[in-house]
Amino acid sequence: MERALFLIFALTAIVAAFNVPLRRHPLHSVLALLVVLGALTGLYVLLGAYFLAVIQVVIYAGAILVLFLFVIMLLNLRAEEARLERRPLLRWLALPFAALLGVEIAYLVRLFEENPVPSGTSVGVTESIGRELFTTYLLPFELTSILILIALVGAVVLARREGR
Amino acid sequence: MGLIVEAAIKIVIVFGVVLTFLAYLALFERKILGWIQLRYGPNRVGPWGLLQPLADLLKFLFKEDVRPTTPNPILFSVAPILSLVPALMTYAVIPFGDRFVLFGREITLYITSVNVGLLYLFALSGLGVYGIVLAGWASNSKYSLLGGLRSAAQMISYELTLTLSVVGVLIQAGSLDLVEIVRAQSGTYWGILPKWHVFWYQPLGFLLFFIAAIAETNRVPFDLPEAETELVAGYHTEYSATKFAMFYVAEYANILAVSALATTLFLGGWNGPGAARAPLLGVVYFAAKTAVFLFIYIWLRATLPRFRYDQLMRFGWKVLLPLAFANVVFSSAMALVG
Repeated sequence: MERALFLIFALTAIVAAFNVPLRRHPLHSVLALLVVLGALTGLYVLLGAYFLAVIQVVIYAGAILVLFLFVIMLLNLRAEEARLERRPLLRWLALPFAALLGVEIAYLVRLFEENPVPSGTSVGVTESIGRELFTTYLLPFELTSILILIALVGAVVLARREGR
Repeated sequence: MGLIVEAAIKIVIVFGVVLTFLAYLALFERKILGWIQLRYGPNRVGPWGLLQPLADLLKFLFKEDVRPTTPNPILFSVAPILSLVPALMTYAVIPFGDRFVLFGREITLYITSVNVGLLYLFALSGLGVYGIVLAGWASNSKYSLLGGLRSAAQMISYELTLTLSVVGVLIQAGSLDLVEIVRAQSGTYWGILPKWHVFWYQPLGFLLFFIAAIAETNRVPFDLPEAETELVAGYHTEYSATKFAMFYVAEYANILAVSALATTLFLGGWNGPGAARAPLLGVVYFAAKTAVFLFIYIWLRATLPRFRYDQLMRFGWKVLLPLAFANVVFSSAMALVG
């Protein structure tokens, strides 16, 4: 049962992920990304990481992708305009990045094979995540919030300059 | 196996009751609006108009399904489903009552209790936007597109206040689980005042939640996405027959869900005199409290004019959001003091 569900979610995620860059229309790409997020949520639930699953839907699907949709609809982007953006040189840049990603994945898989997380632990529970976030990982957490604040202020500054 | 059967029975019962109730909610809305405007309201179909929902349903099913010429026919059909499904999924975690023992078996009066229940509800409310936005996009009509855009902007803006207004409750109850939140509200202060969050110390949180919830469900005075004087009918202009009915049901499903959630978070859920001994009485209390909210919803519709778009945005970002932040700070301070 669990294995079948995993296969369904994983295959959906991969197929939809390929659709994100392959689709001509930006709106369809966003919808494909939405499907990827949905499949990932299913995988998180299978792993018992309910908090992560739900937070991912709240933030990515509920806020960020809606904003993407909003911008695409507001600017009324068409398929042809989006195609003009393609540059042949940038395409080759994908190769080193793909290689880098491959190395990262291999490293992480090795890491987990050496010391796997025992099943049935409560690492995905809200309480343990909150406790870790405010004790062990306090500094990165606070730094991230400052980073977001800077981005927010930057966005406001840019938007105001545009308006003048 | 027994667990699955029990869950299936509960799901069937909850959906049957909720869907029937939604049909009658539309009738009661028209009745109450009629009384407020010194009319009778619908009274032709059946005694006291009680068969009106059935007549409406048949009409929706048998009307012609008019489709606009659109480059996205699939999205056009999927959008109403995307709007209805999250609305109905909310009822999976709403605690209608406590548990009781039947034939030596403990049965809970809610479908399931998740330890991230409240976040699950917010996730669903975030997904509800897609139905409306995609309907606006796929309709290939300027009124629908404007309605969809407005709805996206409005729902994102008010979702912030909605989420932040609940943080106070989380701090006070110490759990994201809706059942635990209701349990935290049992008992009384000095033997008189119930320990509901609305009395102490979340009155401001409750007010913010209620206002933001009205905006999230696109109801008067925040029904900008379907303002008929300027946008014909907004995102559902091009929809007819069954597809329109789905949007219609989704709207009422959201209203009922938000009312039930307000009851759960702020008014003590199933708690009430004698509910601890008779769990089924708790369900009655829960229904009665939810009904009060539903009445207020309809009452507001009959009373208030619609906001202007810029007023709506200014109110959301410059009044409600700072107040919500203040409430979070206040609640944290209260939790520290004692």
